[in-house]
Amino acid sequence: MADNEQQRGQASNAAVDEAPVNGLKLPAIDLKGASRSYGSRTILKDLSLTVERGELFGLLGPSGSGKTTLIKLITGLEAASAGEATLLGKRVPNRQVLAKVGYMAQADALYNELTGTQNLEFFAALYGLSGARRQERIESVLALVDLTEHRSKPVSAYSGGMKRRLSLAVALLHEPELLLLDEPTVGIDPALRQSIWAELLALRGRGITIVLTTHVMDEADRCDRIGLIRDGRLIAIGSPDELRTATGAATIEEAFIVLGRGTEA
Amino acid sequence: MRIRALALRILRQFGKDRRTLALLFLAPLLVLTLMYFVFNGQSTAPKLAGVGLPEFLGAKLTAAGADLVSYSSKDEAEADLKEGKLSAIVFTEGNRIAVRLEGSDPAEAKSALLLLQQAMQPDESAEATTSSAFSSQLLVSYEYGDGTLTSFDSFGPVLVGFFSFFFVFLLAGVAFLREQTTGTLERLMATPIRRFEVAAGYLAGFGVFAILQATLIATYSIHVLGLYMDGSFWLVLLTNLLLSLVALTLGTLLSSFAGSEFQIIQFIPVVIVPQVFFSGLFNLDAMNPWLQKLSYVMPLYYGADALRSVMLRSASFAGVLPDLSILLGFSALFFLLNLLALGKQRAF
Ligand SMILES: Nc1ncnc2c1ncn2[C@@H]1O[C@H](COP(=O)(O)OP(=O)(O)OP(=O)(O)O)[C@@H](O)[C@H]1O
Ligand SMILES: [Mg+2]
Repeated sequence: MADNEQQRGQASNAAVDEAPVNGLKLPAIDLKGASRSYGSRTILKDLSLTVERGELFGLLGPSGSGKTTLIKLITGLEAASAGEATLLGKRVPNRQVLAKVGYMAQADALYNELTGTQNLEFFAALYGLSGARRQERIESVLALVDLTEHRSKPVSAYSGGMKRRLSLAVALLHEPELLLLDEPTVGIDPALRQSIWAELLALRGRGITIVLTTHVMDEADRCDRIGLIRDGRLIAIGSPDELRTATGAATIEEAFIVLGRGTEA
Repeated sequence: MRIRALALRILRQFGKDRRTLALLFLAPLLVLTLMYFVFNGQSTAPKLAGVGLPEFLGAKLTAAGADLVSYSSKDEAEADLKEGKLSAIVFTEGNRIAVRLEGSDPAEAKSALLLLQQAMQPDESAEATTSSAFSSQLLVSYEYGDGTLTSFDSFGPVLVGFFSFFFVFLLAGVAFLREQTTGTLERLMATPIRRFEVAAGYLAGFGVFAILQATLIATYSIHVLGLYMDGSFWLVLLTNLLLSLVALTLGTLLSSFAGSEFQIIQFIPVVIVPQVFFSGLFNLDAMNPWLQKLSYVMPLYYGADALRSVMLRSASFAGVLPDLSILLGFSALFFLLNLLALGKQRAF
């Protein structure tokens, strides 16, 4: 296993330092030896990871390596079979803490019969938003994901990318402190991807913690830190620069391949 | 608030999604087996009570295959007739033979009348003197209905209950299943909603739907089809509503164990069809007694019993209270099991 696993992100930026960390400086996410198995198959093996508040953390790894499982473990949707996970200072699973978390699943979980607005209204109510504030938030997230003109269409008439954007809008609706986004930009065109990334960076600038999974290397490059996951193990954690230097590779992609070889040997 | 949001969402979904609910026939084997049990028993003799009958008539009735019991007082027999333990009471009124029929099951009434007419036919070998002491005219009266009850009147109440049950079961089951297969249930569980709120939201959303449906079915069958109705419309509605609640909670519960819409359909022969046979649509007296006891675990049996009591025998609220309480108990049980099943999605 790579020895840089214990490294913490030193690439802190000014925005993070200014962010309200309510004095306690508790990490946003803290995993201690967390494992997850289905039956006799172990999907996540002894993961330890700390994500600081205000950090933009990317999870990178081949298909089936356990990224989605890890995200679900952090939300508490999947219980850890061993070890423990702490989310915003609360040990998961914890129902209340979910009010501060915006979750975007890998598969769009939307009500196809309802319109975009109705989907948002429903989730807004679940997060306790009502009245003028609900209205204002719905307008704001619709504009953000560029769906305002399609708001009255049923979701069944949306394209794949539109559904993805609506899912993102749902995750942002209640202004969560922490965002858990499972492949948020899949199926979204380059221009919109840029604007979504601009928004994610702006959110990070406001002190919001973001954890996302991705298969896109240039997205990984924009994260403060990335975690490389392979066969359910975190094989490396560090800022993009650190990973490149450590492996002597020119790109994250190469670094990833070099590190992957390391574990197979 | 969250419960309301969930209920509203369900109403919106169904307001738009007018899928026709196709009835599939996956149950021929099961149905045939049940039909065998229901119809293949020896036919039952109508249970008659005799009060002060001339001996020759009693003998003749027994010979004709009647199940005749002698009662010493007519009041005692009346009480049993009211409870449905007897098909008819045969007694004398002056020099005439009178029969009082229970009346809520037309087929049973008919066979009782037939037996009597057979028994009263003058027969050559008997002594003419004894028979002629009685007029050959039979006095007929009915405890329930007025003899014009058709078979539809008799099993109509059961059908009213059945449709409420069946469609709500299917709808709730499929809706909740889709919530699981499309991942929206998991997404719901990633919000701070309580498991209880999910189950209650479903109950509220489909509850509205169930009330509308029950009202429509009851109104249509009574006012348009002219189904015999001698009791309180509100009691019919209440019973239907409780039946729908059972169907709703049972449907959502079973959908936790189904992987697809198709598998929900597979529950129909297992969960729905048997209930039809035990709901009073068919006379079960000929059935093996231990099989008859199966009806005690079938919600539709209680719903149908209450509906028949109200519609045919104008039962009061107190009269159907036992049935209604059991239905409520079924709903509560399934609701709790639903909460447990939701634990599959999120363990808190
Ligand atoms: N419910 C489940 N039961 C059994 N195995 C599962 C279950 N869910 C996931 N797995 C297994 O866990 C492993 C990791 O799956 P996961 O969805 O976390 O991968 P991923 O990294 O998100 O992949 P992708 O990039 O394709 O989304 C896979 O091998 C998968 O087969
Ligand atoms: Mg995944």
